Parts: sequence; C-alpha cells; structure tokens
Amino acid sequence: MSDAVPILNALDLSIAYGKDDAVKNVTLPILEKKITAIIGPSGCGKSTFLRSLNRMNDFIDGVSHRGQILYRGSDLYAENVDPVEARLRIGMVFQKANPFPKSIYRNVAWGPGINKLPGDPNERVETALKQAALWDEVSDRLNDSALNLSGGQQQRLCIARALAMEPEIILMDEPCSALDPVSTARIEDLLFELKKKFTIVIVTHNMQQAARVSDYTAFLENGVLIEYGETDQVFTRPKETRTEEYVTGRFG
Amino acid sequence: MTTNKDLVTSQRLRQRQAKATFFKYFCIAVTGSAVLILGILLYQIISDGYRWVDWQFMTSYPSRFPEKAGILSAFVGTLWLVSLTALLAIPTGVLAAIYLEEYAPKNRWTQLIEVNIANLAGVPSIVFGILGLALFVRFMGLNRSVIAGAMTMSLLILPVIIIAAKEAIRAIPNSLRQAAFALGATRWQVVRAHVLPAALPGILTGIILALSRAIGETAPLIMIGALTYVAFLPESPMDEFTALPIQIFNWTARPQETFHELAAGGIIVLLGVLLLMNALAVYIRYRGSKS
Ligand SMILES: Nc1ncnc2c1ncn2[C@@H]1O[C@H](COP(=O)(O)OP(=O)(O)OP(=O)(O)O)[C@@H](O)[C@H]1O
Ligand SMILES: [Mg+2]
Repeated sequence: MSDAVPILNALDLSIAYGKDDAVKNVTLPILEKKITAIIGPSGCGKSTFLRSLNRMNDFIDGVSHRGQILYRGSDLYAENVDPVEARLRIGMVFQKANPFPKSIYRNVAWGPGINKLPGDPNERVETALKQAALWDEVSDRLNDSALNLSGGQQQRLCIARALAMEPEIILMDEPCSALDPVSTARIEDLLFELKKKFTIVIVTHNMQQAARVSDYTAFLENGVLIEYGETDQVFTRPKETRTEEYVTGRFG
Repeated sequence: MTTNKDLVTSQRLRQRQAKATFFKYFCIAVTGSAVLILGILLYQIISDGYRWVDWQFMTSYPSRFPEKAGILSAFVGTLWLVSLTALLAIPTGVLAAIYLEEYAPKNRWTQLIEVNIANLAGVPSIVFGILGLALFVRFMGLNRSVIAGAMTMSLLILPVIIIAAKEAIRAIPNSLRQAAFALGATRWQVVRAHVLPAALPGILTGIILALSRAIGETAPLIMIGALTYVAFLPESPMDEFTALPIQIFNWTARPQETFHELAAGGIIVLLGVLLLMNALAVYIRYRGSKS
C-alpha cells in the first residue's frame, strides 16, 4: 500500500446528525484504482461516511462535518468547491435501487446528456449497460419503463447509470444486497474490470464479497474506524480482536 | 368433515363484528342522505331551468324580457376572468411552491410563511373582495375591469394552488432527487427533469380545482363591483365585465318567477362547466396514477 496515492483522504473526519456523531475521528485513505471495502455492523456509519465522500450529505438537514476530506490533496469541502463538479467526478450507487420513472434508455442517457459528455449517446448507453451486465436482458426493450424491471435489474441499471458518467471514483452502498448470486457474481467480475479505470469504494455486509473483491478493507464500529489495511491482512491476520470477531461471524 | 370449533366466530369476535357492521351502515346512511339532498337540489334546478338552456340562451345578452334574455356577456366574462386568473395565479403559485419546497432553507422564517399561506386559504372570500376593491380598483385605479377581478381572484386561489403544488412536490421521494444529484445535476436540472414531471398530475389537479373555485365565487366580484347588466363583451383586460355567478345572483334577486327559471338555467351552465373541469382533474389524476 506504499506506492499508491490516495485520491480521497479522510483526515480525522467526524460527521454528526444534529449533536450526535455518527462517524467519529475517522482517518482513512482511498487509494486510486483500488477497491476499498467498508464493512461493519448495521448503523455503524458506513452510508454516512460514504455520502460525505461526494457531498451527498449536503442534502440532509442538520448534518455537520469536522475534520477534512481531501480530493487529490485539496479540501473537498472548501468554500470554492462546486459540489456539482465534485459529484461529476465521484459517482454513487445507492443502497436502495432508485431508477428514474422513465425509460431504461433515458435512465442511463440523462446524466451524460445534461453534462454534455462527448461521443455517441447510444454507444455510451450500450457500453454502460454491458458493463453492468444488464445489456442482454434489456437490449430489446430500452424504451420500456425502468420501473418494470425486477429489483435486481433496477440495481444494475443504477450501476449502469453511474458508469455512463465515467466518474473517477464510484461509491457503492451495498450494490448487491438485492441481487441473486448469479448477478452478484457478475457485478463482482465487473468490479475487477472497473478497477482498471476507476477507483471504487464499496460498502458491503457480505464478508466473502469484501474478501473476494477488495484490495483494502476498513472496519467501522459505532462510527469508529477499528481497523484498516490490506484486505488479505484484515481477514486473515487482523490486528484487533473486534475485527477478528466480526469477520469470522463471532460478533455480538 | 367437521369444522374445528376454535375457528368458529367466538363471542368476543362477534361483538367486534357487530360494531363494524353498525359503523358501516351508519356511514352508508350519512353518505346517502348527503347524496339525496344534493340530488333533490339538482333535480329542482334542472326541472326549473332546463327549458331555457338553448342556443339562444347562450348567445343573447341579458334583457328585461325573459324570453330574449341570455348569458352571453356573463359566459364570456367568466371565460375572460378565468383565463386572466389562470395566467396570473398558475405561474406565481407553482413557482412559489417550487421555491418553498426545493430551494428555501427550512428555518423559522419560511415556516412562518407556510403557516400564513395555509391560513390565507381559509380566509373568507369576501375579505379578498375588500382587499381587491381597496388595492386594485381604487388604489391602482383599475376600476371595475376584468383585470381587477382577475387579480382579486388570483389572490383568492393562490394559497390553494401553492398548497396543492407543494403537496404534490413533497410527495416525490427524496431518493429520486438524490439519484439525479449524484449524476452531477444542478438543483434546477433535478427540479425540471424529475420533480416537476412526477409532480405534474398533482399540480394540475390542484390548479383545476382552484380555477373551478374562481369560476363559482360571487362575493369578491360583487365587492369589487362587477356589473350586473352588461350588453357588450369585454375586448381588453381593462374593460368592464360581468360573470356567470353575478348574472345568476342578479336574476334570482328579481321578483318575477320567470327570471328565477332563467337563473336556474344559468346555474345549469355553470354546473356544466364545473363538472367538465372536475372530470378533467379526475382524468389527469387517473392518467398520472397509471404511469
Ligand atoms: N438522515 C439521518 N438523520 C439522523 N440520523 C441518521 C440519519 N441517517 C443515519 N443516521 C444515524 O446515523 C447512524 C449511522 O447510519 P448509517 O446509515 O450511516 O449506517 P450504516 O452503517 O450505513 O447502516 P446499514 O448497514 O444498516 O446501512 C445511525 O445511528 C443512524 O441512526
Ligand atoms: Mg447503509
């Protein structure tokens, strides 16, 4: 982990809803073109942390940040940072699938369209849908409403929608929680593929998945970063007993 | 086979079911009597006035002679009034709702504004008439023009439109906005492409219901001095005018029985317009819930 540069870097970051800290003094680098997995029990602040990385917390009333997040060395929350510009570079897939109530095609094409990304929109849609392992299932009905897709298909559509923007970093909040093992395996293959071009941060409750796909793993508990390191090390030789108990399922 | 006796209705359950049945019939009775009263009213009006509603009635000016009297100027006046009101109130109301829901910070100041809007929706319409008279007719010197009437009506229905539009906008789940924001959209792009289209059926329904209220309102028009006898059509927003409810009010105030029948005829036309508008609102709502 020495030669890779952090593209995002949380420094002593605390995030509070009102007065209660949901994330406490977390210092965590996100390394470029690597997959970082965030694991931890429900309610430990994984989603909260993830949302702070592309300023999606801005939309929640009463959220406050202390500490810093650096994007390529400069403060992501500085006065002159345009959050819209930040979100163009840092895309997101949400915990619950949230397709637009529009056609499959429009779902993927809308983001590139409003941001006037170059190239042929049709090609872009096709590429993104293929990357998200959805193309074969929807290629003959691109104009159907996205709401008619199954839950798992909707989630893959949301992944395709994020990919179509070609962000530098993709934040994924449990992207596979609604997927069957086959689609999950395809998404995991996709992650290996994507890592060549993108940096990925993935929140997951699935230990095997974290162990399989990620290069680095961070373990959060009650908003505190208990352990961070190379995935191999975290899963096989954890430094903290709490981590060991969690990853081996002896947690409680 | 015999039934398991645990599954037969028990004493306690029977009591609860009796209550439920009683409540059901009570509701049916209440609804039924309301519908009945409405039916009697409608029947009276229609049987009084249906003979008068014909082409001649629609295309004649009011007259001292009942057989020659019609509602042309009132009908056209109502069209003028509603069109101008729509022009003024819809953009203002919808934009205000968008601002309050999507842009305004949620603080005490905006809360105060929202409470006041809700209160304004409950203010008696005659009060808006008084305001219109003082502000538009006298102070702004618009006299008894259609535009003065339309501005008064706009004030009257603005709270209704704002509240309906706000509710329609608020019903759009936040996850939809977040999805759009995460793609690098600006607030306006999110509103324009996702929030408004999804909220449109609700907003339109609110607008139509508000406009049908404007069509039926009489008190504010009397207050600002809409004319009761008009033998010309308004040609510009500055012209004087009359409207259907005023014409009906005028006819019912006359002693002769025939004029009362004319009034019933006018009511039939007014009800027809309102029914059409409400049908449109229902249709839009139905279409919106399907897609
Ligand atoms: N919008 C909010 N307002 C107030 N508190 C919140 C909000 N969202 C989350 N929290 C609180 O912050 C803490 C962390 O929540 P968060 O959603 O980040 O957990 P999580 O690790 O993603 O959990 P899960 O695995 O169940 O998704 C929780 O205690 C939660 O109650
Ligand atoms: Mg979460």
